[in-house]
Amino acid sequence: MEVSNLETIPGRQVSEYIGLVSGSTVRAKHIGRDLMAGLKNIVGGELKGYSELLQESRKEAMDRMVKQAEKLGANAILNVRFSTSSVAQGAAELYVYGTAVRIN
Amino acid sequence: MEQLIIAGVLLIVGYGFGNYLETRHYKYIRLREKRLINKPSVNLRSAPLENKEVISSELAIGSTVVSVDYFKRFLAGLRLVFGGRLTSYESLLDRARREALLRMKESVKNADIYLNVRIETSSISKGRNEKSVGSIEAVAYSTAVKFKEVS
Repeated sequence: MEVSNLETIPGRQVSEYIGLVSGSTVRAKHIGRDLMAGLKNIVGGELKGYSELLQESRKEAMDRMVKQAEKLGANAILNVRFSTSSVAQGAAELYVYGTAVRIN
Repeated sequence: MEQLIIAGVLLIVGYGFGNYLETRHYKYIRLREKRLINKPSVNLRSAPLENKEVISSELAIGSTVVSVDYFKRFLAGLRLVFGGRLTSYESLLDRARREALLRMKESVKNADIYLNVRIETSSISKGRNEKSVGSIEAVAYSTAVKFKEVS
């Protein structure tokens, strides 16, 4: 599965457009991470717990999108976009969407 | 009185460690930026691809969550009274974006160019109480393209 945020895959030709595919996940962090983040809030700097959490979630959202595209018989996803929104304190939704296509 | 002392200690700790960590982070960012300077990242859709054969393309993602320190949050609180530039938050956003960009580049190391770079910023720990505001997430993503060696 080729994934790209361009409208084409460089050097390849699109043969068929299949449609929009998307994946999303809502994740909350656990208390340990929250505590560390609270401490980090005093000295500033990167909140590693949060960073990892969001990276994992984004990966999961992408996996879901790819699975959906596979089901539809696509072999590439174009023009992929990410969006993040915080639903509640300590929980975030990661959403990713793109166009599933078949390429030569 | 006790609360004042605690706040004072937090301010000093925040100022000291915050400054130290920020300087160190900036140093690290600059070092890596120098190392990756020959790999351009552009937000054009089609790059100078003429006469070059593409071998592979891949999605590159980098993200980071950065928080502001207690002292800067205090300063920002003062600023909200008088208005003007929030310098302390400017550096926070700058750090987060540059770090995200670097991580994006590092996630696909053997690429020659990064096309269609998008940077997104979102404040993730916005709570009911004002104190929890101050950590932001920056995501950078792009399509990493590798060219065939030109003979």
